[in-house]
Amino acid sequence: MPDRPLLTVSNLTMQFGGITALSDVSFAVDTHAVTALIGPNGAGKTTVFNCLTGFYRATSGELTLRNGDRTIDIVRILGEPFRPTDFLNPWRFATRLFYKCFGGSHLVNRAGLARTFQNIRLFREMTVIENLLVAQHMSTNRNPVAGLLNTPGFRRSEKRVVSRACQWLEVFGLKDDANRIAGELPYGLQRRLEIARALCTNPQIICLDEPAAGLNPRETEDLSALIARLRDDHRITVFLIEHDMQLVMGISDHIVVLDHGVVIASGRPNDISTNPAVIAAYLGDTDTEAYTA
Amino acid sequence: MTSILPTNLSIRHLLLETLTAFAVAAVIFCPIVGIHLNGYDFDLGHLKLALGLALGIAITRLVLALFLNTGVGARLAQHIMDRRQAPVAVAPTTRRLWAHVFVVLVLIGAVAFPFMAKKYFITVLILALIYVLLGLGLNIVVGLAGLLDLGFVAFYAIGAYTLALGHQYLGWGFWQSLPAAAALAALFGCILGFPVLRMHGDYLAITTLGFGEIIRLVLTNWVDFTGGPNGVSAPKPTLFGIEFTRRARYGGTPFHEYFGGEYNSEALYIFTYLLLLITVCIVVYINHRLKRMPVGRAWEALREDEIACRSLGLNHVLVKLSAFTLGAGIGGVAGVFFAGYQGFVNPTSFTFFESALILAVVVLGGLGSTRGVIIAALALTILPEALRQFADFRVLAFGGAMVFMMIWRPRGIIRPVRPSFSTIEANHAG
Repeated sequence: MPDRPLLTVSNLTMQFGGITALSDVSFAVDTHAVTALIGPNGAGKTTVFNCLTGFYRATSGELTLRNGDRTIDIVRILGEPFRPTDFLNPWRFATRLFYKCFGGSHLVNRAGLARTFQNIRLFREMTVIENLLVAQHMSTNRNPVAGLLNTPGFRRSEKRVVSRACQWLEVFGLKDDANRIAGELPYGLQRRLEIARALCTNPQIICLDEPAAGLNPRETEDLSALIARLRDDHRITVFLIEHDMQLVMGISDHIVVLDHGVVIASGRPNDISTNPAVIAAYLGDTDTEAYTA
Repeated sequence: MTSILPTNLSIRHLLLETLTAFAVAAVIFCPIVGIHLNGYDFDLGHLKLALGLALGIAITRLVLALFLNTGVGARLAQHIMDRRQAPVAVAPTTRRLWAHVFVVLVLIGAVAFPFMAKKYFITVLILALIYVLLGLGLNIVVGLAGLLDLGFVAFYAIGAYTLALGHQYLGWGFWQSLPAAAALAALFGCILGFPVLRMHGDYLAITTLGFGEIIRLVLTNWVDFTGGPNGVSAPKPTLFGIEFTRRARYGGTPFHEYFGGEYNSEALYIFTYLLLLITVCIVVYINHRLKRMPVGRAWEALREDEIACRSLGLNHVLVKLSAFTLGAGIGGVAGVFFAGYQGFVNPTSFTFFESALILAVVVLGGLGSTRGVIIAALALTILPEALRQFADFRVLAFGGAMVFMMIWRPRGIIRPVRPSFSTIEANHAG
């Protein structure tokens, strides 16, 4: 296991008005490993995801993503508010202004972090393969003149993205459904398609928000095998939120437990399953405070 | 509705239906057709005609019911009434020959048409083609990118006024104005696009509606520059210095002098029509290509789910702006043709009703379907002309058509068809 983690979250705090959804959350996601984020309903798991992927602006805290040799500060590329000191430093002012105008969650994806959603968000009226082509937008030939004239270069680029999409469809067993409308797929396949789509953006790390929700036990088992393959064969780091404990305990290398916006435990699956604070949080023990203290 | 389609023929049922139809028709037609006001008296002499009409309707009803009980009729009814049809179809991987043949035949017909038809019909078709252009432009914004734009007429107006004012102040002709109008309308589309980027649905609709009205009010009230309600005259299209008017107005040679023949007043319209036809073909081709290009896919993805788009690394700001810009540019081109064909523009041509009409073209045609938009644009401009005597009921019929469409074909006349990809071929390449 490499010494530096791929994704580092430190002192993340998120407040909605007077409600503190996350307070001082810190954890790290290791490279080429499966890390799970678990916790009871309303613990703030999806809020962590939304802060990571830029759909919420974190109140405070640092989010750092490592992509090869580059270290990307997620908070910065989302566009932070100006600080008084910025006006003394023109360069910093310029970068702030740039990210304020053109920054946003799409830059997080381009930095190498892809995600899926708790309630599936497919492009329902487009075909399965088109869903994957949209995901490869950044790696296609986007020159409008080339596209309008259908130049050989454009056709090559299209062929490349289609074949890449086909490779992922093959991995996810969706090859035969390539030209079906995405919204017509059965629920289980829609879940898989969403993961395949996120993978088409060529990410370093993929964040799965409850990938097994609504799946039957068999489909969950397949999913578990698939996640393991992503980690082992495709060398992709997986960070997931899940309620299905069997799945989590089976594939996770590391587990972070969140309750009421606070990290109450983190460690290997075996340690977590015997951790009294975790058991208390899940079973609703009245002495929770005593354990976490 | 089920009573129209009795599964097994029952004589009693059939007679009852026919009688009901007769009674309803009689109640409607007797007062409308049967009674005429003659001074202070009623003239009941036309009652026979009214009853005859009612009888005709009853018989038609009977024949229809009998027809729907035959195998062919039942299948037809099934096809029309079937709402479970998937909203979107996927094109088959193999190309169909007859589709190409059909397109070629339509094109030949369209090119040959003006040489055989009267001037009046050519002008009707010119207007229809202008609406096709407008519909295709708005189709990019509403149909593909899913941004409800109620102020599209603003770009149409900008295009038309670019031709008129460009001629008045800068001495531009038709050909200088065409790219300038497209660029200017696109620029305005971009300017409108910026503030409305964060808006969706209703809010976006209201803002664009306001923008359309602002443009119209500016054109009306800035009398010194635009001539206000009096309007401005616009130059007619020319071809490499050849003009299509009786006398040269823009320093060229009139058509009939150049070729040495009689002056023909239709020549200008034929030329405008053919030019418009070429432009429409180019725009249709652009639309066709866009659906297979990354930017077109990004627009449609944005329509489907903006949050998912952002999570996949698409800059939604640029995607929205490009849709607004391109749609507006096409609207501007349509405006130039409109001004050139009319020879005159004033702000009354660019009211909200116009925007609503263009939107109706896109919605009736099927959001995102190029073929549907063309058919709807032709239908919505040619039918009112063909049915001039019922002009008062135009908007009523329009509303009725909308209601029926929403019931039977909520996705428009033609279902949008998605391109399909051959996965086998791709594997060899990869």
